[in-house]
Amino acid sequence: MSASQVVVVGYGMAGARLAEEVRRRDPEGARVALTVIGAEDHPAYNRVLLSSVLAGSLSPEAVRLHDDGWADRQRVDLRTGTAVRRIDVGSRKLELADGAVLGYDVLVLATGSRAWVPPTDGLLDGTGTPADGVAVFRTLDDCRRILTRARAGAPVAVLGGGLLGLEAARGLAGRGHPVTVIHPVGHLMERQLDAGCGRVLARTLARLGIAVRLNVTAQRYAPGRGLVLSDGGELPAELVVVSAGVRAETGLATAAGLAVDRGVLVDDELRTSDPQVRAIGDCAQHAGTVGGLVQPAWDQAAVLADLLTGADPAARYRGTPVVTRLKARDVDLAALGEVHVDVDEPDAEVLCLQDPARGRYAKLVLRDERVAGAIVLGAPDAAATITQLYDAGTPAPSDRLALLLGRALPSGAPTSPADLPASAVVCRCNTVSKGQLMTAWRAGARGASGLAAATRASTGCGGCAESLQGIADWLARVDPDEEPAVPRPAVS
Amino acid sequence: MAQRMPALAASAPTETHCPYCALQCGMALTAANGTNTVESSTGAGLVTVAPRDFPTNRGGLCQKGWTSASVLTAPGRLTRPLLRPHRAAPLRPVSWDVALGHVAHRLRQIQAAHGRDAIAVFGGGGLTNEKAYALGKFARVALGTSQVDYNGRFCMSSAAAAGIRAFGLDRGLPFPVTDLDGADAVVLVGANVAETMPPFTQHLRRAVDNGGLVVVDPRRTATAEQAALHLRPAPGTDLALALGMLHAAVADGHLDHAYITERTTGFDAAWRVAARWWPERAERVTGVAAADQRAAVRILAQAANAYVLTARGAEQHASGVDTASAWINLALALGLPGRVGSGFGCLTGQGNGQGGREHGQKADQLPGYRRIDDPEARAHVAAVWGVDPENLPGPGRSAYELLDSLGTDGGPRALLVFGSNPVVSAPRAGHVAERLAALDLLVVADVVLSETARAADVVLPVTQWAEEDGTLTNLEGRVLLRRRALDPPPGVRTDLDVLHGLAVRLGQPADRFPTDAETVFEELRRASAGGPADYSGVTWERLRAGEQLHWPVPSPGHPGTPRLFLDRFAHPDGRARFAAVDHRGPAEPPDAEYPLHATTGRVLQHYQSGAQTRRVAELVSAAPESFVEVHPDTAARAGLGDGELARVVSRRGSAVARVRHTPTIRQDTVFLPFHFGDDQRANLVTNPALDPTSRMPEFKVCAVRLEPLAGEPRRRRPSDPSEETA
Repeated sequence: MSASQVVVVGYGMAGARLAEEVRRRDPEGARVALTVIGAEDHPAYNRVLLSSVLAGSLSPEAVRLHDDGWADRQRVDLRTGTAVRRIDVGSRKLELADGAVLGYDVLVLATGSRAWVPPTDGLLDGTGTPADGVAVFRTLDDCRRILTRARAGAPVAVLGGGLLGLEAARGLAGRGHPVTVIHPVGHLMERQLDAGCGRVLARTLARLGIAVRLNVTAQRYAPGRGLVLSDGGELPAELVVVSAGVRAETGLATAAGLAVDRGVLVDDELRTSDPQVRAIGDCAQHAGTVGGLVQPAWDQAAVLADLLTGADPAARYRGTPVVTRLKARDVDLAALGEVHVDVDEPDAEVLCLQDPARGRYAKLVLRDERVAGAIVLGAPDAAATITQLYDAGTPAPSDRLALLLGRALPSGAPTSPADLPASAVVCRCNTVSKGQLMTAWRAGARGASGLAAATRASTGCGGCAESLQGIADWLARVDPDEEPAVPRPAVS
Repeated sequence: MAQRMPALAASAPTETHCPYCALQCGMALTAANGTNTVESSTGAGLVTVAPRDFPTNRGGLCQKGWTSASVLTAPGRLTRPLLRPHRAAPLRPVSWDVALGHVAHRLRQIQAAHGRDAIAVFGGGGLTNEKAYALGKFARVALGTSQVDYNGRFCMSSAAAAGIRAFGLDRGLPFPVTDLDGADAVVLVGANVAETMPPFTQHLRRAVDNGGLVVVDPRRTATAEQAALHLRPAPGTDLALALGMLHAAVADGHLDHAYITERTTGFDAAWRVAARWWPERAERVTGVAAADQRAAVRILAQAANAYVLTARGAEQHASGVDTASAWINLALALGLPGRVGSGFGCLTGQGNGQGGREHGQKADQLPGYRRIDDPEARAHVAAVWGVDPENLPGPGRSAYELLDSLGTDGGPRALLVFGSNPVVSAPRAGHVAERLAALDLLVVADVVLSETARAADVVLPVTQWAEEDGTLTNLEGRVLLRRRALDPPPGVRTDLDVLHGLAVRLGQPADRFPTDAETVFEELRRASAGGPADYSGVTWERLRAGEQLHWPVPSPGHPGTPRLFLDRFAHPDGRARFAAVDHRGPAEPPDAEYPLHATTGRVLQHYQSGAQTRRVAELVSAAPESFVEVHPDTAARAGLGDGELARVVSRRGSAVARVRHTPTIRQDTVFLPFHFGDDQRANLVTNPALDPTSRMPEFKVCAVRLEPLAGEPRRRRPSDPSEETA
């Protein structure tokens, strides 16, 4: 049987991952012959890391997904800088911008999404591209444009207080720009956060040099001056970064007659309305959800690779639990599951802690003992544990507060030897308990060295020497030698 | 035994080393005179133990070391060969001549019927260099079998493979352990040194005091309690954690660019993998907060003197080699290895875990850490042995594969075991016991009637530790002389004697298998000459004079090599290699039926399979039986109270253990120590999924469930070794 001809349209996070997953299962290309078509000129890069590029912690080169020899080594016919003009699902052919025609057995759409620009006067020029001084934040080229355009110390406005907008804002603030975030609704990241956390987050951002303006939109962009806002105010900005959401890139699919809603509709086998066409990543809409995060795209790529290579014909995509994790220096925020639940909701157990002064907010929603949702800001250790419980679906620990606070729980004060139980092991290396030390004391051993000689405590790693001294001092205090020491019979 | 005489006068203590772990603490043995209050409590009787001021332990000893003299008078010490004529018959004492004659006769018969590879040999990482060397030579020359491997495969093989891949050479610590005294920061990955080699923690004091100790362990161990930062990854996710930390090192600007350019290759490919593991993603897989990953990297990067050390927790996985490589990558990215005052190392476990992997008891190796598939190595070693290189067998099966093949079609029909107790220590131990039972002949040389010896057709009583001379190579590659302090009990022979006796009966020239350890060492020097682990400049005379010799020591005038890689790494281009490794996860993820991770490890009071330590009353009284550490919530869901007996069940079998409520353990994880026998064997549940390179089994994670033990809760049952006597 000859290899099935699979053509992937899109060489971004989803398309590149699919190629890797296919080759992991079919390294020699015996089952699948792969063609990958990318519209951008440069090699695939890791979009998740663009905020790190913007912040200056990673170079553009560092976010490349593959090196130059990757396609050859992996037996992938890779065509970058190539747009697809048209798909003909009837004849299973696609036509490229250069006029070439490719046939396929299976076509995979991984066309991703594009930045949405709100209809604000002046943001776009006559050709529909961002005006001078305006940039969207979506591609590596966008990143470069922002960095080139952002004069040191110049004020920047960010349109959109969602995840990406805040990451961009944090990156630019870290570079020394005064940054203002314009957000049209009442609190930041309103899909992932409740209002309380939104408020604490805004306060945290303010400390990092990021101002937040809520419930306002931009009315007009005036080049060189800034934005005129819906409340009548003006916001000076040399640069406007637009991060107001994305739209699935569905043009080719629609033109080809495939069923499209907000994204290209796919089933659990990532199949579109044409059985020979699949779609994954941001352009796909599965069970009512359009992508936008990398984990679903990667999960879909793994399932589709199982199906295309025959490695697991029973593989199905059933959705990906979404954990939102803000990647911004000095802001540790995780949100997952259902969070818009009130603390007195009768069918759920909801805990909530607010500590705005220290930038902490934690909310935990439990149903049937399991984590159904959570928001954790400023408590990294708790965020990590709660995420694992959510992903695994295991019951939450009975000590809810410890879970909610992570390591923030106060530790007990240092204990006096008097408080230790007799069974407490003082010297682990030689398994010597407080009780044995007391016995040795009663048998006449005196001082830390005497106790050590009698019991071997502190003769291993020596780490308990201080505790041993403490116990020797305590024993001398509570059981002093009134007369020159006469050994008493041991009591045990 | 009362008639045993010390080898030296009572007034002259014998300077030697502890019989247990790779730290090889210095100790002095003196003929007992009953004046020392501590010693009299051990009931050792024959000799007393006192710690020495030796660099590794500096006068410290743990409870195992202090009580080690008791092993010399262990109950049930074997003093006569035992033999059973057929499986249904009990073991009965016979003379050495009868025992060795019987074994040689059966070996010849079996080889005549089934070929040379029908005989297999299984060694141990506790054997001296001389024994390990002689055992490999015996297998290849006297038996002509390729089927030889050893329990070190279960211990150091992943670290060894990763070290060779990165540095071109594997020596556990490529620097003296005392270098760690100057460390401001140490990351310990899967190492619980406070229990496994307690005196070692002295060398971490500066790091601890500086807030620079980072411990990576799913459990809050005694070691983790001393750490400034304890990272608690889900079992089987250490590799993802290392990738997240490498990502953080890059993104937070901690790379040592000059070092990467000048001393390494392969960074870009390694980064392409780590680039996909931004700390927040690694957090989701490992459960270690991204902020903690960054903090750990910062601690390492900002320290003047920093070290990354791995141990079995990172290595005993089906992806153990890649996991060790991932930690090496991090160390390389920060510019640590091959510099004075910083570095990467792995902590060797068994007493001679280092030397034991260098001198030819491993399936793919010849002495001097040479490869058995290298024609030059074969020619060199064959010349030393006086045989035709053509007649040397090729590589054989790895430890678990060897055990798994016993008594099967095409597998060995007979097994000789030296210094190992695989019925307790091998993964999927129930299956291993079945394979042993399927053999035509099982021969075990041991000090006591271990669980494996109990299953044998012939048991050969051999000397131990203070009853014989020999060298070991400790965790820092230093060759040490362990000296005889007293006569062995009448009737026992050394392993070298046993190999000699068998070889002669198999038709070998008598002088080919010397019985004197120093003579064997002289041959080992020649066999190792020119190899990666070159001992040719080491002599017993130099060791007796107290010289501090770390291999390689390529000539008698050479001072040894305390620090490797200072000028160049051992690859032909002199550079260290990054490895582009990715996370795979545990071979057996938990599911509805087996919802928990089980991980295994050690406790302070016991060593390995417990064959020695379970016979020391003081240690048994401190740690009498197996236990399972369980989060109280998890235990409650399984209906198990603290102190009740549980059955820990996996797809491969179940082990009985007493429940120990442990609020600091992850809720999804239970821990079992692996030192106990019979139905308490942790390895009844472990997964023999193997690393593709090192063939290391996945001891450190498998899926289990907990059940209350049916029937009445049993009373405490200390192991009673006396009942094991034949």
